[in-house]
Amino acid sequence: MEFIHYFGDVFTPVNFLILVLGTIGGLLLGATPGLSPTMAVALLIPFTFQMEPASSLIMLGAVYTATVAGGAVSGILVNIPGAPANIATVMDGYPMAKQGRATEALHYCFISSLIGGVFGVMLLIFFTPPLAELALRFGPAELFWISIFGVTIIASIGGGSVIKGLIAGAVGLWLSTIGYNPVLGTERFVFSEHLAGGIHVIAALIGLFAIPEVLALVGASGTARGKVTYAKWSNHSVWKSIGYNLRRIKALVVGSVVGAVVGVIPGAGGQIAGLIAYDQTKKLSKDPAKFGKGEPDGVITAESANNAMVGPSLVPLLTLGIPGSPTAAVLLGGLLINGLFPGPDLFTVHGQVTWTFIDSLLVGQILMMIFGLMIARYSVFVTRIPKHMMAAAVIVLAIFGTYSVQNSVSDVIVMLVLGVGMYFASRIGFSPAPLVLGLILGQLTETNFLQGRLIAGDDPWGYFFAGPINKIVIALCILSIAYAIYGERKQIRKRRQQQQVTA
Amino acid sequence: MNRVIQKFATFAAAAGLAISAGAALADYPDRPISVTVSYGAGGATDFQARIVTMMAAKEDKQGNGIYLNGQPIVIVNRPGAGGQVGWNKFVKQAKPNGYELAAYNVPHFIAQSIVFPKKVKYNIDNLEPIANWGADPAVLIVNKDSPFNSLQDFIEYAKANPGKLTLSGAGLYVGHHIASLQLDKAAGIKTKYVPSGGGVKAMQFVLGGQTMAGFNNLSDAYRNRDRLKILAVADLTRNDFLPDAPTFKELGVDVDDSSVNFRGIMAPAGTPEPVISTLAEKVPSMFQDKKVVAKMKDGGSPMRVMTRDQVQKMWKERQAYLTDLLKDLRQNK
Repeated sequence: MEFIHYFGDVFTPVNFLILVLGTIGGLLLGATPGLSPTMAVALLIPFTFQMEPASSLIMLGAVYTATVAGGAVSGILVNIPGAPANIATVMDGYPMAKQGRATEALHYCFISSLIGGVFGVMLLIFFTPPLAELALRFGPAELFWISIFGVTIIASIGGGSVIKGLIAGAVGLWLSTIGYNPVLGTERFVFSEHLAGGIHVIAALIGLFAIPEVLALVGASGTARGKVTYAKWSNHSVWKSIGYNLRRIKALVVGSVVGAVVGVIPGAGGQIAGLIAYDQTKKLSKDPAKFGKGEPDGVITAESANNAMVGPSLVPLLTLGIPGSPTAAVLLGGLLINGLFPGPDLFTVHGQVTWTFIDSLLVGQILMMIFGLMIARYSVFVTRIPKHMMAAAVIVLAIFGTYSVQNSVSDVIVMLVLGVGMYFASRIGFSPAPLVLGLILGQLTETNFLQGRLIAGDDPWGYFFAGPINKIVIALCILSIAYAIYGERKQIRKRRQQQQVTA
Repeated sequence: MNRVIQKFATFAAAAGLAISAGAALADYPDRPISVTVSYGAGGATDFQARIVTMMAAKEDKQGNGIYLNGQPIVIVNRPGAGGQVGWNKFVKQAKPNGYELAAYNVPHFIAQSIVFPKKVKYNIDNLEPIANWGADPAVLIVNKDSPFNSLQDFIEYAKANPGKLTLSGAGLYVGHHIASLQLDKAAGIKTKYVPSGGGVKAMQFVLGGQTMAGFNNLSDAYRNRDRLKILAVADLTRNDFLPDAPTFKELGVDVDDSSVNFRGIMAPAGTPEPVISTLAEKVPSMFQDKKVVAKMKDGGSPMRVMTRDQVQKMWKERQAYLTDLLKDLRQNK
């Protein structure tokens, strides 16, 4: 219960001001496509050079928390996830916004983020030693099977057809092989110099989601020339949202638990936490067909998952110096620059700084929800922007955001090419989410397989199939596939019955 | 956002410079300087580059610039393909005017230029060193629970089980890889090198028991010393951070300092001589600024400031040694 003693340090005027500014700034940065949590934290590290250690960590922690949630705003309002972690949020958040329920979706997003986030930080406070031991057990074999588990959910997040989801996922897996392979040192599919660095996930994410949206907006504004078109919007009481949100226990529990587990695993990161949680909630739902068409549970589970990931991703970081997510990796730099070396000392010798930081994460979650709910009220202004202006604004954001990731024109070209391709693919029923998931998982699967293969030597079977974690994850993979087939057959039967009724 | 503003400032300054190009050399630098880092934001190279350049704009009480006329240095990250994307772009596109510099990692870029002579466009001849700020030796580590208690145990096991002893390291053709190749050669053994996605991941493999041993950065091994056994340091002398860890040479294994990860700043070939000599004079003193030294120490990053002459000599030595060591790995692609 040591953490309770340090709440006072969070509420000193300087620290609290930093926490408030970090949270607001993080929400805005997160809402800008391309400015992912990883980048936001990296950009801020130089500013911490002159600060007290506790203050600088408070700022970095607040920005980490708030950018993860802020990424949902642009996703829900304009169908561009702010970061890979928000892909799952978009799948139901954007349809909700199209139905005029943007405010409601944003409410669920921030309320669920708070619940998931607090759950994650609580795990960090009470279960750090056992979780750190667990984190160390994930080697290449375990991570390989986790990525395979991710692959098994590709088809079900496609929204519509399973076949189209699988095709898109396969294309994503192929795209992930482009560029330099870090284990073998070989180059593949580098037809043009622009592909030498591979396809960056953020560039692909922005292109695949934003560009089809821009082209659709341009098409729509052409037919309605002269008329200023408003999207639908209706207000929604915050208290009603809170009441409904708290009753969606299943979605919250699945989201928070999946997010926390994925957060602890070094290397998996928040990018897939939301998607796995989304898939599980959908499979456990009585009516999976509602997902992808504006089901609040989709937003609730995805956002609770990606914020529940934050706390546990710090467990291996603070105890072993091994970051659980790309953003936590950058945070490591922030710790080191303050002379705080990860390890047991952090909780004893530097206890004051560490516990103040952890407490600030808790307070930051609450601030994030308050400011987030305030932002939600103004979402109406975004929906009132005329379509042709919206298209212009989105394309500027897309190009700016992509370029800023690694100051690379090549990324912008890749983004535009993928985006235009996706526009045509989306007209015949393909959706971008399985493609991006394939891209993320491809790198994870391949790298871990190759490393595992090197370590295993003459006995790959014994290596990849040994150990309790491997067996559990393999069982989950089999279950996931079996359930997908079962669910699909049930859907087909249902459709047939309905056809017979109508006939 | 800061970076964007500075970008605009650079653009504006570039437009101004085009008009008064003639007067440029006399008062170099009169606008911000960019330093390309070929690794991602937050990694060790990026982290150290930001610290050692943070005092660039320092001024004395009269408002005169101490190091670089009061001009700041801006870090630009261009990661990809183990550094190849950033460095290739640098030699192809950077203007040799003293305003576009880059950070180097030795032996990484020299080893890549030897192994991939076709696709890698950079080599020690089209780059001009300015100064070196840091040197991080590779150390051979095993888990605290490992049966290996000494380098002797390690080598005996490797001799009895050729190709079985797994060894993690940050990546291909980086210092850790070079060290493992040297160790194989010097001890007459065959280990299995597992490249992972960076030094932190390689450390995780050792801590989690996924590999039997590993080469890692001395600074990272120092931080995790409670959970590790440090068998040997691949350097010529013992290090102040770990005074108890012996060097390979002390233990009778001929592994020298060729794998030490040197980090510093370089300019593209063709940069005017007066500009290079200005930088070569000022940059080492900037690296030795009291605040820089204190921050580097806090971060556990070993410093080794070297002047342009010393770096030129070091690059040539590495080139000669690595060409020989890596001749079997050369890829004509």
